[in-house]
Amino acid sequence: MEMMEETNPMTIEIPKEKWSGRVREVTLGATADEGGTRSRTLTVGGESAMPYLYFEGEIPHSPALALEIHDRKPDDWSPLLLEAWGDAAEDPATWAKAAEEAGADLIYLSLSLTTAAGEKNTAENARSVVRSVLNASSLPLAVVGTGQAEADNELMVAVAEEGVGERLLLGICEDKNYRTIVAAALAHKHLVQSRTPMDVNLSKQMIILINDMGMPLERIIMDPTTGALGYGIEYGYSVMERLRLAALQGDSMTQQPMLVTPGEEAWKVKEAKVGEGVPEEWGDWEKRALNWEAITATSLIHSGADIIVLRHPETLKRVRAVVDALTNGA
Amino acid sequence: MALSGLEIYKLLPQTNCKECGYPTCLAFAMKLAAKQAELKDCPYVSEEAAAKLEAASAPPIRLIELQGSDGKLAVGNETVLFRHEKTFYHKPGLFLRVADTLDAAAAKEMVTQADAFHVDYVGIDLHLDGFAVEAASGDAGKYAAAVGAVREGTKLPLILIASDPGLAKAGLEVAGGRPLLYAADAENWQAMGELAKSANVPLAVRADGPDALNDLTEKLKSLGLEDLVLDPSTAGYKQDLANYTTLRRLAIKKNMRSLGFPIISFPGRLDASDETLLAAQYIAKYSGLVVLDHFDPATAYALLVLRENIYTDPQKPIQVQPGIYEINNPDPNAPLFVTTNFSITYFSVANEVEGSGWPGWLLVTDAEGMSVLTAWAAGKFDAERIAKDVKAFGVEEKLAHKKLILPGHVSVLSGELEEELPGWEIMVGPREAVDIPTYLKTMWSNGGG
Repeated sequence: MEMMEETNPMTIEIPKEKWSGRVREVTLGATADEGGTRSRTLTVGGESAMPYLYFEGEIPHSPALALEIHDRKPDDWSPLLLEAWGDAAEDPATWAKAAEEAGADLIYLSLSLTTAAGEKNTAENARSVVRSVLNASSLPLAVVGTGQAEADNELMVAVAEEGVGERLLLGICEDKNYRTIVAAALAHKHLVQSRTPMDVNLSKQMIILINDMGMPLERIIMDPTTGALGYGIEYGYSVMERLRLAALQGDSMTQQPMLVTPGEEAWKVKEAKVGEGVPEEWGDWEKRALNWEAITATSLIHSGADIIVLRHPETLKRVRAVVDALTNGA
Repeated sequence: MALSGLEIYKLLPQTNCKECGYPTCLAFAMKLAAKQAELKDCPYVSEEAAAKLEAASAPPIRLIELQGSDGKLAVGNETVLFRHEKTFYHKPGLFLRVADTLDAAAAKEMVTQADAFHVDYVGIDLHLDGFAVEAASGDAGKYAAAVGAVREGTKLPLILIASDPGLAKAGLEVAGGRPLLYAADAENWQAMGELAKSANVPLAVRADGPDALNDLTEKLKSLGLEDLVLDPSTAGYKQDLANYTTLRRLAIKKNMRSLGFPIISFPGRLDASDETLLAAQYIAKYSGLVVLDHFDPATAYALLVLRENIYTDPQKPIQVQPGIYEINNPDPNAPLFVTTNFSITYFSVANEVEGSGWPGWLLVTDAEGMSVLTAWAAGKFDAERIAKDVKAFGVEEKLAHKKLILPGHVSVLSGELEEELPGWEIMVGPREAVDIPTYLKTMWSNGGG
């Protein structure tokens, strides 16, 4: 016995979870072969283990990193962001191209309620912006509306028509407005993004409602809603962990890939947005702001995010390094 | 791992004597399992059974305490893999590494600056937890001088990084308090173990991964050491996540005592990694002590907030007392804001109103500690509740106007609220607190509306 222990030190059995479920694979974008014009498609999901635990399941795709652009220069973005994008933010096509060059996997185009001149955004304008972005960048594209149901009903139908065949990701389907967006996506073969306020059951319900309209589950991305670091990140973080555990346990309506928006959330809080009138102890503004976005994003990668929508090109680089290391590293 | 009621029952006398106050031994066992009764209420339990029960009720991850010259830190005692399962209890300590090769003046400045770093976050005082002094010079005199200098600059707990027992001893003699000694490895474990034992300080153990760690902790336990900390060696995001998860699972799910200790991590050890983001991973995923190589307020603040968030008890959202709050000494003409009693929401709004320089009233309603959107979705922040609190907290008597500013996210409530509060004008404020100063400037400059 003694001898054996000396020569064969005990090997601990690594505890592994046996999961019966798996996250659905969802493919965004369509190449020429598939009726679109994208240079490549983007597949997310497919995990059969908790985030990055390669020793107990499959994680076929790294999370996709998207960069958010707008149909016009946003009025309320932090000066740090506008500085980072420079002139590109003046024109959505240029911006999309810059985002592609910055290393994005997906362009996440957000439509504004009003034009720069303060007039109501129109279906015609939305159509032309989407066309120009599709022409400028060959990446898969997501297009989300203004968040106001009435405006979105008009804009998103036009967007769906204009992008026919491209397998766009259209959003954001919330309780009040999902019908129009889902119908438009169904009619023109697109995908949809659902969103519910940080709650496992509400999230499932929304997926059921969208699915009941005839939208296949292979075309739904689930957004459980993100809180920024310091402003409720722990709620979203835990809801995501619970959704992912439920998915792996075989609960079908939680098996959608998850999309999170740490860029938007982090950049609207004071720590990131502004540099004046804040406590000195907060340290250097730019460094703090970039940390705010990157830490929010990194935490959500660990709670199961499949698509991460960012705002700052530098954050994309940092988060890309983390994702690459988690995927290919030692 | 906690025993089930039935497992406990097997260890009890099974005589149903009722002297514990319960009708049967089984009923008593069930109460013990639910932690609603204490074993001492059973007069007949055998010593052997009592020892077994006590061992089983010991926390799966040992609590390790460090002491400075004033102030201490406890890490460990975690019981779950995911925070929603219960909560994470002891926030990982954030330390800053100072090498003894650093010029004395530079070291002193670094320590003084980092030690003085305090930030208020929703009423919580955030700060670093201590310093890790490294014997990089290999010279005992130099190391002792460096530990002494750091000790002078801070009262916080220390970690002594010195893998040579002679150096470690030199550091221990001047450190004071109860520092963590770092680290025992396959070569030096015996000498380091004896040193830690005689100084009665916790000892970190470094090896590559769970197997090698287990081997070492068993040896150190046989020397009589109980307070250990694990360093599974820094390998990068992927392997570290696997190692840390495995260690946590072995301790909690397999009740493996030899690995039931907090983990120490060094996110700055790998040149290729982003120290800040690797530290974020360690905070979210199971580290008990995080030693940083760099101090920068813009990073420390963000990491400390992450730690605070991840370690918030999910069953007890941090709340503030509902009521009417005064900001900047408001008079009856000052604007009235309404929000929920989730503390982050409250502090965001209160800080912005305060920072704007405007006097204001802030009505905080009882939304069971939820943020505006979450509370609204859950039906805890609606027109009826707001109207009820306007009356309950005597808001009308404090104001010379009847204007109420609603958070922009719940603008949909304004119609109903006008019905609930006849004679009031409901104004829709900005969606985000950060935009309150701009809103006040444009909407309230002439007395509102």
